[in-house]
Amino acid sequence: MSEAAHGSYYVPHGTHWPIVGSIGLTTLLVGVANFLNGLSVGTTMMAIGLAIVIFMMFGWFGQVIRESESGTYNDQVDRSFRWGMGWFIFSEVMFFAAFFGALFYARIYSVPWLGGGDPGTNEFLWSGFEAMWPTNGPGDIGGKFETIGAWGIPAINTLLLLSSGVTVTFAHWALKKNQRMPLVLWLLATVALGFTFLALQITEYTHAYHELNLTLGSGIYGSTFFMLTGFHGFHVTVGAIMLTVIMLRSLKGHFTPDHHFAFEGVAWYWHFVDVVWLGLFIFVYIL
Amino acid sequence: MTTATTHDTHHEEHRRGLMRWITTTNHKDIGTLYLLLSLLMFMVGGAMAMVIRAELFEPGLQFVEPQFFNSMTTMHALIMIFGAVMPAFVGLANWLIPMMIGAPDMALPRLNNWSFWILPFAFTILLSTLFMDGGAPAGGWTMYPPLVMQTGNAFPFLIFAVHLMGISSIMGAINVIVTIVNMRAPGMTMMKMPLFVWTWLITAYLLIATMPVLAGAVTMLLTDRFFDTSFFNAAGGGDPVMYQHIFWFFGHPEVYILILPAFGIVSQIIPTFSRKPLFGYSSMVYATASIAFLSFIVWAHHMFTVGMPLTGELFFMYATMLIAVPTGVKVFNWVSTMWRGAMTFETPMLFALGFVVMFTIGGFSGLMLAMAPVDFQYHDTYFVVAHFHYVLVTGAVFAIMGATYFWLPKWTGHMYNEKLGKLHFWLSTISVNVLFFPQHFLGLAGMPRRIPDYSVQFAGFNEISSIGGFAFGLTQLLFVYIVFKTIAGGEKATDQVWEGAYGLEWTLSSPPPYHSFSIAPDVK
Amino acid sequence: MLVNKIKRTLTAAAAMTALLGATNAAADYALNLTTGVTPISREAHTLHMLILEVCIGIGVVVFGAMFISIVRHRKSRGVQPAQFHESTAVEILWTVVPFLILVGMAIPATKALVAMEDTSDADISIKVTGYQWRWGYDYVDSGISFISSLATPKDQIYNKAEKGEHYLLEVDKPVVVPVNKKVRLLITANDVIHAWWVPQLGMKKDAIPGYINEMWFKIDKEGTYRGQCAELCGKDHGFMPIVVVAKNEADYAQWVAEQKGTASAEKQAAQRTWSKDELVARGETVYNTSCAACHQANGEGVSGAFPALKGSAIATGPVADHLALVMHGKPGTAMAAFANQLSDVELAAVVTFERNAWGNNVGDLVQPSDVKAAR
Ligand code: HEA
Ligand code: HEA
Ligand code: HEC
Ligand code: CUA
Ligand SMILES: [Cu+2]
Repeated sequence: MSEAAHGSYYVPHGTHWPIVGSIGLTTLLVGVANFLNGLSVGTTMMAIGLAIVIFMMFGWFGQVIRESESGTYNDQVDRSFRWGMGWFIFSEVMFFAAFFGALFYARIYSVPWLGGGDPGTNEFLWSGFEAMWPTNGPGDIGGKFETIGAWGIPAINTLLLLSSGVTVTFAHWALKKNQRMPLVLWLLATVALGFTFLALQITEYTHAYHELNLTLGSGIYGSTFFMLTGFHGFHVTVGAIMLTVIMLRSLKGHFTPDHHFAFEGVAWYWHFVDVVWLGLFIFVYIL
Repeated sequence: MTTATTHDTHHEEHRRGLMRWITTTNHKDIGTLYLLLSLLMFMVGGAMAMVIRAELFEPGLQFVEPQFFNSMTTMHALIMIFGAVMPAFVGLANWLIPMMIGAPDMALPRLNNWSFWILPFAFTILLSTLFMDGGAPAGGWTMYPPLVMQTGNAFPFLIFAVHLMGISSIMGAINVIVTIVNMRAPGMTMMKMPLFVWTWLITAYLLIATMPVLAGAVTMLLTDRFFDTSFFNAAGGGDPVMYQHIFWFFGHPEVYILILPAFGIVSQIIPTFSRKPLFGYSSMVYATASIAFLSFIVWAHHMFTVGMPLTGELFFMYATMLIAVPTGVKVFNWVSTMWRGAMTFETPMLFALGFVVMFTIGGFSGLMLAMAPVDFQYHDTYFVVAHFHYVLVTGAVFAIMGATYFWLPKWTGHMYNEKLGKLHFWLSTISVNVLFFPQHFLGLAGMPRRIPDYSVQFAGFNEISSIGGFAFGLTQLLFVYIVFKTIAGGEKATDQVWEGAYGLEWTLSSPPPYHSFSIAPDVK
Repeated sequence: MLVNKIKRTLTAAAAMTALLGATNAAADYALNLTTGVTPISREAHTLHMLILEVCIGIGVVVFGAMFISIVRHRKSRGVQPAQFHESTAVEILWTVVPFLILVGMAIPATKALVAMEDTSDADISIKVTGYQWRWGYDYVDSGISFISSLATPKDQIYNKAEKGEHYLLEVDKPVVVPVNKKVRLLITANDVIHAWWVPQLGMKKDAIPGYINEMWFKIDKEGTYRGQCAELCGKDHGFMPIVVVAKNEADYAQWVAEQKGTASAEKQAAQRTWSKDELVARGETVYNTSCAACHQANGEGVSGAFPALKGSAIATGPVADHLALVMHGKPGTAMAAFANQLSDVELAAVVTFERNAWGNNVGDLVQPSDVKAAR
């Protein structure tokens, strides 16, 4: 790295967005906590908190976008953003790892133990319970349920997400060649695929709740199924919103062929969401 | 290249008053904020420890009810770990890393501000649970289900406070990594970085890999309580022990998060006062990395009694014992650095030496705990409490205090009072051993931890321990006095401060300019 | 000054080793790990001493070197610092030597662990259940079954009376086992995690709700051995002791016979109709041992944690709901199901008591036969 680059590293001078964010986040979380405790102020607080957080995001990101477009960020700053995004995604991977861990642990370890095990857990405590997967446990929590087969909508969803990974790459190629129209169109396609995925996922959930009696409360199967796919769905939503923003920014003429970290950051995030889905498809639906 | 940062023409000009501190993006300001928060939390967590020690002074229930006692234990640990030690290390990282690697600031200054400014809110939430219906969380800092599910209204607040701390730590860790990989001055290769920077880099990786796992674990607690999931409920096919696995997958690396930066600090102090380069620099780096790697595969040594299969117990026992090897390398290297040096014993050096001796004692008891067949006897007794306070208090906290004395003259431009500093060290060292050494005996004699009352055979040592505790607590008031006295004024410190000091931070003025290295320094 | 400190540490360490080595099993209990009364506990003690000595040995070497350095290589003696700072040879040496020491410790540890986990061929099996905050014991083969609660009076705990010799380590009904027999415990819990631990038996195991854990011991000396719950289990975690009485074959057989006698007497008592006064009197005892920990002796509970029963809608409402709640508990809260902990008589008595105490003058009563019908 050259000395010049070093000296002109952009250090912003003070910012009020973080404190706004903290206040918003705290209001939101305290609101949720009160709501869960059954206090009526909870909902109002949640709404106010959420509004503050959204306001903060608009303000903070808006400022960063303006600075970026006015050329404040040199290559070194760009590298900082890249490293930052990369490790942020890694932290998300570890968050999902906790839930995958729970799934594997239950399937490989705790359910078989409940259904027998060396000391005779099922002999003394859960007579008649046999280990199998899927299960809602020896207490038959939530009642009988059916599972969602892998080769219906989930398979279609896999195809949707995989192709959206391709379209976002096409968009990137277009950007690198500075072909604005294809860029926007490929992004549009990606966003559309993302939202279609979500729509299908919502149909699946409705189906599960209403016809299959498969709910969050369906024992360990329901818990792992909905928490994994639910958090994934949440990430898809966030990713799709971010892609939409990128698309709008592309329409406004933002990004240049060699300076478009925001685009790449979002694309990475989208690929990450994609890979998590593959894991889900294999371990939650197929196996 | 002589110009400063593009926009930064009005150099020393920044907002005044409270808004300066709330909106600051400067690594030194943020470092100061972190350190002050840490000191405050140390007082709060310490005050809770004093409640514990007062209640345990004699058998019988004297001051508090059992439920409140458990709340004290739980909150004491959460506050000390997440509020005192971790923020202290992040504060030191903020102050020192840019100065040590020749950078103008941290790489992501706005994010830096946010990672700090989440914390006061998180701890306000956590502390507010003390006043809630059902009392503060009382299930231990490990928050094991099903017990933690019995927490009253405080429950969701506890979970969200942990989430906020996690977000803060992850952002802080990302910032450290990015700063280190991207902001080094030309010529500052990885293997030239001061060890403090190295240990923090590795700590940051540990943070990013484990804090999200903790977030996942507590999220499952939340959904089990409020949304009918059965992660930790056997009737639904879940398992309370599953929580423990997930928790300790975070929890064990966490204890190295609490000690690796301390290793870095000691590795800066000892060579300085031995006037001799650090022995085995590269093996120190590799040892730190090995410890970090091993820390991911030893978690179940906290769970030897949960009824794991024999092979699991053996694996975790062996892996845990292995950690003694790289840690030993570090201890041996420190001793070799002193060997044939020309030592002087200013306060930072005293704390570093105290660290080496007492951390090693804590390490030895850790190794004893690692032996599964004997851990069946040690587990959940005061022997464990003695172990982790040796590594945490005389380890992490002593290193932080040493670091404070070491760099305070650089930060403030004033020399602290050496006589008082030495007094602080000796009073602390004597009282802390009176406080925690007898707890080994208590544990071996069979006193379980987390109990507000105990049978009469344990009375003697508890009394001694409590007296040591009060003495240690009062001594820390001296520390507070010394620090604020130095901030307020005192003898002018030179730029190099210590005769044997080496490294970029000592080439800056004392106190250093607002932006550390606007012009990249030359690194030989 | 530091010199003195290190000297002190070393002398203390030396004194301690001497102490640990010299004293006999009974006396060193207060300072050191017990040798206990089972093969396993002796094994644990031997290993403990081994590793302690290794650590002290390494400590002497490391701190010794440091001490010499501190004394001799100080600037005030005018030394010039050497400049060496690397040696691959010593780095390898002090990686390999500790590793070998560890291998040396791992071998006996592995052996001990394998022995401890071998629960096969037990002579008797006892199912142990942890409740908040008492222990339940079910002898799998002989059908004996009882609950064992803290026997220390509240007055001692609140410093209103002199503390007894076995303060906090005494129970109303100890577990009785024969000596020289392999006893296997099947450990579980009803509400939260507890852990069963008697130091002199050398083993500790967590009691996990919904799962069965195993451990075993073989006591070779008659006597009374005391321990405590060793996993935080809520407010009275410090007040759920364990007492094991090891008896010889004959005495054990006699104890078994007695227990069977009491059990059949209790069965008979459940057949007859009880008067209200009898029920209330019995109910008060049951209430104080089983319920007062949470709902308090005055029935007022603890705000935010445990509801008051005084004037509670359930305790003054329909009898069937009240009985059902006590029998089946309330899942997801601390209120446990008492159907398996208490007998028909006890359940009938405690419900009757609650409905007629603290001004809950409902007036009705529950007979053991009603409970039986509700099961
Ligand atoms: C800073 C924090 C810190 C550190 C560094 C350590 C370090 C170690 N810890 Fe500790 N530990 C805790 C914090 C820490 N621990 C906490 C907080 C708990 C309790 C949590 C709770 O339950 O609430 C705990 C509990 C705990 C347990 C569980 C006990 C139980 O609950 O039953 C175990 C078991 O194996 C253990 C082992 C170890 C080991 C082997 C090390 C090793 O890293 C130590 C290595 C160091 C040395 C060995 C000394 C130096 C080495 C030499 C001089 C070389 C030569 C030596 C030999 C070959 C012997 N620790
Ligand atoms: C970094 C972490 C850290 C630190 C620094 C400490 C510091 C101290 N700890 Fe802590 N402790 C833990 C981490 C830590 N602890 C953990 C993880 C647990 C386990 C919790 C669990 O089981 O869930 C624990 C549990 C624990 C217990 C066991 C409780 C139980 O099992 O029931 C005890 C008992 O003695 C104790 C004591 C102390 C004392 C006396 C100090 C002292 O060093 C504190 C000294 C500081 C001060 C006192 C503050 C400064 C002074 C003042 C504010 C002035 C006022 C002073 C007076 C009135 C004298 N701690
Ligand atoms: C470990 C603590 C604990 C113990 C021991 C305990 N309870 Fe409870 N009990 C509770 C809790 C907590 C609730 C509240 C459950 C809820 O959230 O509705 C409760 C609720 C009740 C209620 C309903 C009160 C109401 O108005 O809602 C009754 C009646 C009751 N318990 C009776 C008993 C009896 C009888 C015993 C002893 C045989 C007993 N309890 C032992 C914790 C306990
Ligand atoms: Cu039961 Cu602790
Ligand atoms: Cu550990």
